[in-house]
Amino acid sequence: MVFRRRSDLPLDKDALSRFLPWLIAFMVFLSALSLAGMLVLRAAVSKWDTGLNATITVQLPPAADAKADERRLNDTLSLLASRPGVARYETLTKDRLLALLEPWIGEAGQAGDLPLPLLIDVTVERGAQMDVPQLARDLAARVPGATVDDHRVWLSQLVRLVTMVEALAWSVLGLIALATIGTVVFTTRTGLAIHREAIEVLHLIGAQDTYIARQFAARALGLGLRGGFLGLALALPAIAGIGYLASETGAALVPKPDLSLFQGVLFAVLPFAVAGLAMVTARTTVLRSLKRQI
Amino acid sequence: MSDSDRDTIVRFENVGLRYGLGPEVLQDITFALEPGSFRFLLGESGAGKSSLLKLLYMALRPTRGKISIFGKDVAKVSRGEFPALRRRVGVVFQEFRLLDHLSAFDNVALPMRVAGARESDVKRHVEELLAWVGLKDQVNSRPPTLSGGQQQRVAIARAVITRPKLLLADEPTGNVDDKLGLRLMHLFEELNKLGTTVIVATHNLGIVRQLAHPVMRLQGGRLSMDEAAIIADLRLDEPGIGGVPRARAGLERFH
Repeated sequence: MVFRRRSDLPLDKDALSRFLPWLIAFMVFLSALSLAGMLVLRAAVSKWDTGLNATITVQLPPAADAKADERRLNDTLSLLASRPGVARYETLTKDRLLALLEPWIGEAGQAGDLPLPLLIDVTVERGAQMDVPQLARDLAARVPGATVDDHRVWLSQLVRLVTMVEALAWSVLGLIALATIGTVVFTTRTGLAIHREAIEVLHLIGAQDTYIARQFAARALGLGLRGGFLGLALALPAIAGIGYLASETGAALVPKPDLSLFQGVLFAVLPFAVAGLAMVTARTTVLRSLKRQI
Repeated sequence: MSDSDRDTIVRFENVGLRYGLGPEVLQDITFALEPGSFRFLLGESGAGKSSLLKLLYMALRPTRGKISIFGKDVAKVSRGEFPALRRRVGVVFQEFRLLDHLSAFDNVALPMRVAGARESDVKRHVEELLAWVGLKDQVNSRPPTLSGGQQQRVAIARAVITRPKLLLADEPTGNVDDKLGLRLMHLFEELNKLGTTVIVATHNLGIVRQLAHPVMRLQGGRLSMDEAAIIADLRLDEPGIGGVPRARAGLERFH
């Protein structure tokens, strides 16, 4: 008897409260998807960051003859060698360049008459603050037409984009939370209206507002948990499926969505967070509504 | 607060009540009840009996005048203080107002649970009381499956389970035969002997004739406390149920 779950209000029978778990399941499903997207993007950015951060590419336009090419290359290399922060530099051989170009121009390059630029891969010492624009100016002064391709510029734009997408995902989560609150407020108010008579009786026999609010809150918590786990159960296969498709298409840019322990906890917390939100919302709604009565 | 206020269970001073912009359904109601009183409230339907009871169980606030219950001015009671006050008032509503989805047991247990009683105490008291009102076999029945008389007894059990200081009953014998009606009245009298102040609003003059308790009468929204006039007017001194006359001596007890 003591442990029996008992409700003084027949909240189970409201059509709306049967509807609520499904709505919450949908909300949790969407939240899990946007959370997964956010985590994947984050992982991708940190991978690109460590992979690309440390390199710049120097490009020299093709000169009229091989001799000029060599002189310009030596000039460039000696300048790079004198620079602090340069860990390593490597000139890409013509064969290597042709191999890189092959997918686009096929065998055409093999003839040897294609004017190819010279590319030098420069590895920057980790942690060194290299003034890339200054390097570009110095280079251009000594070797006309030399350009420096800083991947970090490209990357920082990408990171900005990813940050924006991430902010979007956060706002989606926020909107989902608001929608959940709205739904629970609506169902709770309807429940209050349906059970007005019973609630008045409870009041007249001396029930505190908190006693009545507790019934609604317990109900919302139960429904929220049921819906939350349902939504998570639906979302996890969906995320796994998307991850599988992503790895199938061989998108090397997107790392495998391996869950760290912390990320796993984030997903596991989702149903509880939504159920807790539903519970607090129901409680607050009841207390605020009852305050307006005698 | 004066001493007389502290000793008074209920005090009405020039109380008036109107619903919305309608006419006053209660006018200039002034009376006081000492602890341990037992009163019949008489009046035709529409005379304002239920409205007066609603003021007493604090479901309504008066539109004018002052009501003190247990020495507290109801107008000054905050929302958070009402539950404690209401727990000391037991009410048998005219339409019972039982919760249909709960068993007879849970309905009767409600006031105890609301007050935070231990579940073992709840079980003991509720089963005992339900047996006393003859519903031993209906403990787990829901109100819709009970007869009118059975529902009424559940409602009465719910009203008295916490031994309230003030018991209000609105036509508590309306759905039962005179024999059971008298039995329920005796339950009220038992509580009354233990110190509960009882107000019974009723049409049943047979019971009023039989039980020697002071009467008051509502007519057109005004309250009359003139016993002699009411008794003469309603012929309350005639024999009651089973030919037993109203005990005049009993009346004197309360004066």
